[in-house]
Amino acid sequence: MSGPDGAPARGRGMSGPDGAPARGRGMSGPDDAPAGLSRRRLLRWAAATPALLLAGVAFPKVTGPKPAGELRIVSIGGGVTEILFRLGAGPQIVGTDTTSLYPEAAQATPKVGYARSLSAEGVLALRPTLLIASAAAGPPAVVAQLRQAGVTLVQADPAHSVEGLLENVRRIAAAIGRPEAGAALVAELETEWRSVQAAMRVQAPAPRVLFVLSHVPGNVQVAGEETAADALIRLAGGRNAMQGFRGFRPLSAEAALSAAPDFLLTTRQGIEALGGERQLLAQPGLGLTPAGRAGRVLVHDALFLLGGGPRLPRAVAELARQFGTSA
Amino acid sequence: MSTAPCPASAAATHGARRLSRSTLLLLLGGLLAATVVLAVGHGAYRIPPSAVLAILLDALPGLDFAVDAQQATVLASIRLPRVVLAVLTGAGLAVAGALMQGLFRNPLADPALIGVSAGAALAAAGVIVLGGVLLPAGLVADGWLAAFVLPAAAFAGSLAATVLVYRIGMLHGTLSLPMTLLAGIAINALVGASIGLLLFIASDEQLRALTFWNLGSLASAHWVALAVVGPLVLGVVLAALALARPLNALSLGEARATHLGVDVVRTKRRAIVLTALATGALVALTGVIGFIGLVAPHLVRLLAGPDHRIVIPGSALLGALLVVLADVAARTLVTPAELPIGILTAALGAPFFLFLLLHHKHKGYR
Repeated sequence: MSGPDGAPARGRGMSGPDGAPARGRGMSGPDDAPAGLSRRRLLRWAAATPALLLAGVAFPKVTGPKPAGELRIVSIGGGVTEILFRLGAGPQIVGTDTTSLYPEAAQATPKVGYARSLSAEGVLALRPTLLIASAAAGPPAVVAQLRQAGVTLVQADPAHSVEGLLENVRRIAAAIGRPEAGAALVAELETEWRSVQAAMRVQAPAPRVLFVLSHVPGNVQVAGEETAADALIRLAGGRNAMQGFRGFRPLSAEAALSAAPDFLLTTRQGIEALGGERQLLAQPGLGLTPAGRAGRVLVHDALFLLGGGPRLPRAVAELARQFGTSA
Repeated sequence: MSTAPCPASAAATHGARRLSRSTLLLLLGGLLAATVVLAVGHGAYRIPPSAVLAILLDALPGLDFAVDAQQATVLASIRLPRVVLAVLTGAGLAVAGALMQGLFRNPLADPALIGVSAGAALAAAGVIVLGGVLLPAGLVADGWLAAFVLPAAAFAGSLAATVLVYRIGMLHGTLSLPMTLLAGIAINALVGASIGLLLFIASDEQLRALTFWNLGSLASAHWVALAVVGPLVLGVVLAALALARPLNALSLGEARATHLGVDVVRTKRRAIVLTALATGALVALTGVIGFIGLVAPHLVRLLAGPDHRIVIPGSALLGALLVVLADVAARTLVTPAELPIGILTAALGAPFFLFLLLHHKHKGYR
């Protein structure tokens, strides 16, 4: 901070006829040699930095030239990627986002970053002809730039429902020119979904389920209405114990108790980050809920539960079995 | 006030300093030009130098070159606006930092310190969360609306915060530095709480917009926004150059500056408005990109002394240079993904700044 004598001192340095050099010395050090050295060193750094960066960027990953008519897909969103693999388009996928973790082959593709913070040039560097993206893909400015650059963009339906899933399968199959594979997958999923529904038996009252996300002790987020978790719970014959708000919210201990969930539903990733189910129940309030006292904690892979991919009927069936709402 | 007689700095002009000024500005200008060429030529999407040249020449009237349409789009609507925005951001933030440091007579001052950045941040967050009713189309999507509304709100926010801090800091007709700094701290805390509240009530999509914008990024650069922010930042830089002499006089202390014929109140007011203009408009477009306003003027002072006629233009050039370099790294280091630029400027800037502080700790540097 400029102390009581700070301003005058600087003033002296600048005002006198010989003030400027004196000030320069004052800034770098009392003795001359280190001052000159330090300044010269700085200049050398300044000159070297662009050169170093040039060396770093002069050899970017080069993608080969694109043969005409070849389908090159960049897939954004775990569910979308799963659909593409089920349609047999795996070999045409040249890049995916970081949420595309299933099947395992998807993890081996180049990663273009998180779905919501894409880089326009990064995606274009993979020379895609087709960009298939979940509704979450963004930021919007980047998506607009990709469109502008001539990449065909197919955006998936965000609807958290089996109908939405089937529509996405049809849309994606049409976009990659495999409508017959799409029709076959739709028929397969419809059959699967019918058998899941046939096995459901309605319970009154429906079991109350609380979807919990907690990656850090002390921070518990729960799913309200209009979330994928809410939709999934209802599809499986349960009732979301959290009502009255949309999206995710931090949970207070008292709100957890008054929600009185029969089941706690959470992701395997969250439990791993926390260090076990015991840690989850140690969060304020959760251990005292009916679900917590009875130890009814259901743990599933995040993408399996919420990805909205072709494993949706299986996820519903699995949850219904655990809720006791299916035979 | 640019014509105000300022014998003190006029005396310093003649002699070695003038040479060192032109040397430094030439050096920085040359480096900046080279870096811009590097930045235009490099990116995740590979465009050969010959193609870059062809695309640029093709854009000139009367010249016709065969160009690849996608390469041309990448260069013209993704990469070029980004490099231009990087130059503007660096120059604007660095000049804002230099003005603040001159105004507060403290080389550690920064727009963030007295609430300028915070005010801009709160206003932009408010528009994103609460403006959704009035402006349903996504505010980060490109278009005139986003190009004007967000910067205007951010400018209003930064100006309001700055004026508030300035008013609180005014004691018996002089700007009391401790009062101003404390007011800045209070405003920063209040803004932090308000943004926290906005984050809490934000919907999932708004939250996404806020996070993206909070991280600091040049990815949303487009010509429409640049048409608004570009002239504004250039105007601020030019106006700041005119403030160099009064700020030099001010560094002698307010009383002596007044005796030298400098309108101290007007100088301070101008410095504050210019800082708010540059910071507000840039924060709205790029989010919070830290350390440029602090490091660039500091480095220039280290290289060429504290004369504002060197510090202000030098900071503009060096700030632009640093941000362009950081953005090249952000775009190319983890292709095909991208690093948030705020991480890079902080990772490069903070240790360097700490090093400088330690280096000069025992050498009478304040």
